[in-house]
Amino acid sequence: MAYEPVIGLEIHAQLLTKSKIFCSCSTLFGAEPNSHTCAICMGMPGVLPVLNRTVVEYTIKMALATNCAINESCNFARKNYFYPDLPKGYQISQYAQPLSEHGYVDIEQNEGRKRIGITRIHMEEDAGKMIHDEHMPSSYIDLNRTGVPLIEIVSEPDMRSSEEASAYLKRLHEILVYLEICDGNMEEGSFRCDANVSIRPRGENAFGTRTELKNMNSFRNVQRALDYEIKRQQYILESGQAVIQETRLWDDSQGVTLSMRGKEEAHDYRYFPDPDLVPIVIDESWVAEVRKNLPELPLEKRERFMRDYQLPSYDAGVLTSSRVLADYFENVANLSGKPKAASNWVMGDILRFLNEEKREIKECPILPQSLAEMIQLIENGTISGKMAKDIIEEMYRTGKPPKTVIEEKGMVQITDEAALAKTIAGVLAANTAQVEQYRGGKEKLFGYFVGQVMKATKGKANPQLINDLLKKMLTAS
Amino acid sequence: MELHQLTIHELQKLIRSKEVNSSEIVKSVFKRIDAVEGSVHAYITLMKEHAFEEAAKADRCIREGNIRALTGIPVALKDIVCTKGFLTTCGSRILHNFIPPYDATVVDKLKEAGAVFTGKTNMDEFAMGSSTETSYFGITKNPWALDRIPGGSSGGSAAAVAADECIASIGSDTGGSIRQPAALCGVVGMKPTYGRVSRYGLIAFASSLDQIGPFTKDVEDCAIMMNVIAGHDPRESTSVPLDVPDYTAFLSRGIDSFKVGIPKEYFIEGIDPEITEAMRGAMKAIEGLGATCVEISLPHTEYCLAVYYIIAPAEASSNLARYDGVKYGFRADDCKGLLDMYKKTRSAGFGAEVKRRIMIGTYALSSGYYDAYYKKASQVRALIKRDFEEAWKHCDVILTPTTPTPAFKIGEKMDDPLQMYLSDIFTISTNLAGIPGISVPCGFTRQGLPIGAQFLAGHFEEGKLIQIGAAFEKHANAKQRRPNL
Repeated sequence: MAYEPVIGLEIHAQLLTKSKIFCSCSTLFGAEPNSHTCAICMGMPGVLPVLNRTVVEYTIKMALATNCAINESCNFARKNYFYPDLPKGYQISQYAQPLSEHGYVDIEQNEGRKRIGITRIHMEEDAGKMIHDEHMPSSYIDLNRTGVPLIEIVSEPDMRSSEEASAYLKRLHEILVYLEICDGNMEEGSFRCDANVSIRPRGENAFGTRTELKNMNSFRNVQRALDYEIKRQQYILESGQAVIQETRLWDDSQGVTLSMRGKEEAHDYRYFPDPDLVPIVIDESWVAEVRKNLPELPLEKRERFMRDYQLPSYDAGVLTSSRVLADYFENVANLSGKPKAASNWVMGDILRFLNEEKREIKECPILPQSLAEMIQLIENGTISGKMAKDIIEEMYRTGKPPKTVIEEKGMVQITDEAALAKTIAGVLAANTAQVEQYRGGKEKLFGYFVGQVMKATKGKANPQLINDLLKKMLTAS
Repeated sequence: MELHQLTIHELQKLIRSKEVNSSEIVKSVFKRIDAVEGSVHAYITLMKEHAFEEAAKADRCIREGNIRALTGIPVALKDIVCTKGFLTTCGSRILHNFIPPYDATVVDKLKEAGAVFTGKTNMDEFAMGSSTETSYFGITKNPWALDRIPGGSSGGSAAAVAADECIASIGSDTGGSIRQPAALCGVVGMKPTYGRVSRYGLIAFASSLDQIGPFTKDVEDCAIMMNVIAGHDPRESTSVPLDVPDYTAFLSRGIDSFKVGIPKEYFIEGIDPEITEAMRGAMKAIEGLGATCVEISLPHTEYCLAVYYIIAPAEASSNLARYDGVKYGFRADDCKGLLDMYKKTRSAGFGAEVKRRIMIGTYALSSGYYDAYYKKASQVRALIKRDFEEAWKHCDVILTPTTPTPAFKIGEKMDDPLQMYLSDIFTISTNLAGIPGISVPCGFTRQGLPIGAQFLAGHFEEGKLIQIGAAFEKHANAKQRRPNL
């Protein structure tokens, strides 16, 4: 029987606010354990939360960027459970009244564009971290992460393959990073993904029994875990058994999902409105203000690049994969007036250099105006494309503008006809036998002459000029 | 008269005229504590050394003429407000060793006003109780009759004022925990409007009901204390950003044109006849002062107790989850793993009443029961609030008895939680509605036990309560009698 997977994703994104959601402690990652804590985030008796307004603003941003409706009024709820990394014994989250609901994003698939529904986006606080020492009978707790603001983005069960899930995940990641509200670092846990997966016979409308997958800390692992889980469920159904509703953990080293807890052990979180926080009223003017300051989103930018710069879809996709890269490209394109050339140089050489050193575009030593200048120097014939390959490497290494590199290396293209003619005459005089053969009809030798001239000029001659002059001089006498 | 017997305003006069200084007052209060604390047991922790240091500082301020609202005045704090560097137990074994790293806002404000803290007073564990019998640190006795309870949960704070073991004190009121012990100990106790006094640093019992307020020897002192502790706190989201009036300005306004509502639902069966009699006397006295008494109706009164005993335990079950043995406070020994530590710590760390309420609250919030209990209770709570809004169309303030009976015997109701819960029957609606209330002494039973009259007003109308309280207490003349200790 052919089965169809049904996938929904729950994404947790840490927001890039300076301070935590309910206190003024720093959110910076990697500090000495428990150094970014206070009475409030440590859950001391008697403390009270006060909401960080920027968290609301960032969440509105994400809601607008994913076409969600923003509720005029929302509130926080307590999610009650015991765990040592949760100092209050409850997590402040949103439940019955989230900030926003009913959105969507579009993903690109081979069959075309597909719309994935977003059920809700809500705000909550992160928990701390347990540190286990195998050699000690006790565990430690680091509460630095406690109270770091998170948004949870819950999708509809709209994805039908691990590829779709992966594309959706990447799309949300891209939007969050574009909005500059999340650094998107999956390894450090600032962008986390849980998945709900079930399968059903193709053509069936009812959902199968789902499992929830956790602990997938890279894009690749999300896809691997989903593929594994889909196969596992298929095997169970095909052998006449039933899938059990449970939470499963992805084990990266073994490449399998393992049962963590069953439905019976599922927590009853006893959600209720948090009496320590007042309802959040978001008026239209606030939403309008955030909307006004929303940056151009990846998809819009992609379409604009294709339209305004006449770029192929592939180029537009690569160049808009990050906001900084897109800005870099646009600067080069506009300053040089040659968008396609700009795209080729950025996607080719620049990205290759950066990838080799695992650097980000914002660390690129070549300024956009330098690259634009170099493109113009090719256009006006000052240098050849071949020379440019060497020049750009030197620019990347030294950070110097192209003209400095050219001067220092004496790399200006020879475009002086008289001087070049003199060199050609010399080459021809030194190769009389080959000249005879060429004139006798062995025209393949033309390339040989070009090579000799290039060698004599150390590659600095304008190739078109060499061609023209050679042809003239070989046929002339 | 000795210094510890005086009120804040009486002592202030003596301080201003340089007749006494703070050290002398503090000395007098601690002499009194030494004499009677053994029989009353109002305190969990005494801050004697600290108090004398602070008194010396206050004396310097007095010499320099820098006299603020409470400069040099000995004030006791219920052991539910966090004091930096001083044990704060909430009457519980689970916090028996907890020393907060910060001060509650109310503590900051009292310090700022120059108060000298005498110590932390006894209370029902986590403020859950009406008799101060559930404290891990022993029972507080009623200074008027040592075989009787002082009321609760702020029984220590009420008894300390009644026994002159401090000049004024701070309590907290979730369902009557200031007003009920104030009535039973014959002192003035006010529960301000929810949001008027900051809850920051008040160890939470039921967050939507808890409110800090003062115990004082008279209404004028209540106004002085309210002037100090009221006001917006940016550290609390539910704190209300409204200006605070000068409450002492209401003291001598009289109640000439006042309409005083008498809710017919509050004169129920089971009220002690002597209390009913005292209420009749109070109504007569009020009319004698120029006000008119009018019958009003608060139709949802009968549901108050039920609503309260769903909402308060529900919030408490969540608020008390943090006491898990992981970070601070009591942790059980010999634990085998995390779950075992949780179970043993919370089983041994909490007393029976706290555990009972955690169970009730957990049940009320559980999946499948939430709608029937918590949600329904929240809806009825809105109706109770509306009852009061309707009532303010017909009256300025409401008069009720504070308690249905005078102080009962120690141990009398400990085995019958429902009977115990009924002692808050007249005070609970105030917390559910978020309005302010004051209990003012209203005479004595033939046995010599104090009786309290409760006045209620609309949100942020504490001024009206001061106004009628001040007029009324002159009539009641309760200050003429002192407990015989």
